[in-house]
Amino acid sequence: MTDDTTPDSATGAVLDAVRRSDLGVVLLTLGLIYVAAALLTFADGLNSVVGLMRTLTFLGLVYALSALALNLHWGYTGLFNIGVAGFMAVGVYTMGIVVRAPDPAFGPPGLGLPLPVGIVAGMGMAAFVGLFAALPALRLRADYLAIVTLGLSEIIRLTLQSSAVDTFLRETFAVGTGGGRGMGMPPNPVRGLFLVDGQAGTPTELGSLIFGTLGDGGVGISNNILIGWGYVLVLAAFLIGFYVLLERLGRSPFGRNLKAIREDDLVADSLGKNVDVIKIKVFMIGCALMGLAGILWFGSQGNVSPTPQFMPLLTFYVFVAVIIGGSGSNTGSVVGGIVFAAVLFEGPRRLGAVVRDTIDAPTPPSFADALVSFDPVTFLAYATDNVAPLQFVFLGLVLIFIMHRRPEGLLGHRIETAAAVDLSADSRPSGGDADE
Amino acid sequence: MGTTEPTVTGSLRDRPGLVIASLFGALLLVDLVAKLVGIELGPVGGSLSTGRLGSNLWNGVVIGLVIGLAGIGLSMTYSILNFANFSHGDLVSLGAFTGWGVAFVVAAGSDIPIRALLTVRAAGNATPGDIGAHVLSTPGAILVGLVVAFVVTALVALGLDRAFYKPMRDRSGISLLIASIGVALVVRYLIQFVYGSGRRGVTASVDASNVAFGPLGLSVNAHQLTLSVAAIALMFATHFMLQHTKLGTAMRAMADNKDLALITGIPAERVVTATWLIGGGLAGASGYLYVLLRGTIQFDFGWLLLLLIFAAVILGGIGSVYGAIAGGLVIGIVFTTSTIWIPSDFNEAAAFAVMILVLLFRPEGIFGGVSTA
Repeated sequence: MTDDTTPDSATGAVLDAVRRSDLGVVLLTLGLIYVAAALLTFADGLNSVVGLMRTLTFLGLVYALSALALNLHWGYTGLFNIGVAGFMAVGVYTMGIVVRAPDPAFGPPGLGLPLPVGIVAGMGMAAFVGLFAALPALRLRADYLAIVTLGLSEIIRLTLQSSAVDTFLRETFAVGTGGGRGMGMPPNPVRGLFLVDGQAGTPTELGSLIFGTLGDGGVGISNNILIGWGYVLVLAAFLIGFYVLLERLGRSPFGRNLKAIREDDLVADSLGKNVDVIKIKVFMIGCALMGLAGILWFGSQGNVSPTPQFMPLLTFYVFVAVIIGGSGSNTGSVVGGIVFAAVLFEGPRRLGAVVRDTIDAPTPPSFADALVSFDPVTFLAYATDNVAPLQFVFLGLVLIFIMHRRPEGLLGHRIETAAAVDLSADSRPSGGDADE
Repeated sequence: MGTTEPTVTGSLRDRPGLVIASLFGALLLVDLVAKLVGIELGPVGGSLSTGRLGSNLWNGVVIGLVIGLAGIGLSMTYSILNFANFSHGDLVSLGAFTGWGVAFVVAAGSDIPIRALLTVRAAGNATPGDIGAHVLSTPGAILVGLVVAFVVTALVALGLDRAFYKPMRDRSGISLLIASIGVALVVRYLIQFVYGSGRRGVTASVDASNVAFGPLGLSVNAHQLTLSVAAIALMFATHFMLQHTKLGTAMRAMADNKDLALITGIPAERVVTATWLIGGGLAGASGYLYVLLRGTIQFDFGWLLLLLIFAAVILGGIGSVYGAIAGGLVIGIVFTTSTIWIPSDFNEAAAFAVMILVLLFRPEGIFGGVSTA
């Protein structure tokens, strides 16, 4: 990548600059996705375009946050943790229990503490569970650890699902999980920035300013989409925080220890590094970040329930995001999260719906009925109406393809320098320039 | 470690966690006896009828046989190809769907459209009663279905290997594991695409299919009995193949030491082919039998079963076929008897917890890592 040839044209120079700058890669990806979203929905009006962009950005950001947390485990340290969904569930549920009112109108009671306390408690609890998960990580081979963490995440899900645990918690601590019915999440404070007490129709000063210029009074974007964009900005701020934290961590002596453990923990041990303590620490930090990512993601969704939301499939989504981006690369995780959310997660079903609208044929009730009709249009109608399973097939094929052809991902395989200073940058004195 | 003599007390002092886990196990055993006798001592004891314990144990054995049968294939691919195959559970589902489709065709009369039968009632409006598949009324159809489940799944497993795993034969176990997650998604959701996502009944109900016997009045139904006979027969066939055929010897050699096997001239690719055919076939057969036991089918049941199968394989020591069978029985019994102490929505969690404990304290398996295949 570090070629020193001067680009021929201005566009070449721009592309070159984009390729060199990590932020450029992320923004270029987002831009391409926005163009695709606009092309897909421009016929349905402004609100559809902006709404789809919001959905894609939201999903991209939450996947990027989760992928960054997982990258600390897998990309940096080589710990094959496939219990992400479980740690997220711990974070979200702890936050919910701490923040929910002690006597809610419906749903399980909570402690009624402020939201920041809940978020910190959620992260702390996820880190605490991570401490338990780290114990097997100390002695197990990577594939065993995978099975243990997967089992642990299922145990967590089944615990939250259990009505017996809910009853026990209510009777003993006067808090509850809601069992299989799930738990309502506290109101999103971002909504309160725009609306007084979160009530529609009573905008705050900031709310009336924004609604007046961009909303119904101006450009014409619906208020709910604008509030959604407000939350997206909060997520973006968190993403920058995660990124900076992980980059700094990766470049610190601690981060170099992590990479040494990833390459060969015996060598790290022989050099006097306390591999066990480092693994425990990194597991706890990563799990706390997963808990926070879970809170930012599912905590903003109104209601959480263990079974559709925290199945192992969620873990695999995050994993695919990390693998697409390239494990070990933070920028890769961000790009991977955004690409995964748009191209693999949300894209196919939107595309399927658009294609379905153009087909003028009734949907056959089953695959066999579609097949025996011997009519490609009928078959396409069945396929586009059942795009969800095909989407997973596509996801699986992409995963296999990446493992076959490009196991280092889109942005992986960057040269890792052992030195504390960046050796890959051109630091030779040229004409007496100051150091970078 | 090398200088001190290993003593019992010394090894106990080294592993306090193991001691705690063993003490807890002993406490549960004491509690179980107290419950059976009917003594109550504070938290210990209570009441439990021998009949309930007996039926719990029997159900555990039946489920354990299915898990053990599926575990054989997982254990084989784990030891011979050196990776944890996450697509194994979906082979279990695949065998069930293809096998039951054909079993329906054989069992049902000609007035039910064949697309309803082959898709296991995804199309058409036939009820399980119309089709009438049951081991007492249509034993031939059930047997044909079992054979089809074995053969089709074996061929699909081999095809998946040729398409997806063979190009990365020399890669690390983790790369293969991730690829197998991809394969699992492909297989599972192709099944959903073709067979639909609804959970549905499969077997018809037949009068007088329960047989009660023994002094405990243990109730055994015909499908449980069929499953046990078929599973044990398949296990014996696998045992014979491994111990008394050239192929079995070659497989054991590959599992034990791949490099040594290669330099003695064992045809590695042929052994790998056989591994997929046998492992996949057994997975398919176990899925078919599991549906026979439960009476319902759903596109992702094999995936949901996978972690229990992993638990069985780990418990028995990865790479040991006999360990997988024994591990399956242990997991099955834990799965059903744990409801004596904990609520029934936790029995799966109990099985996973046993798996995690074994991995923590005895990663080589409860039988000490004797790899026999």
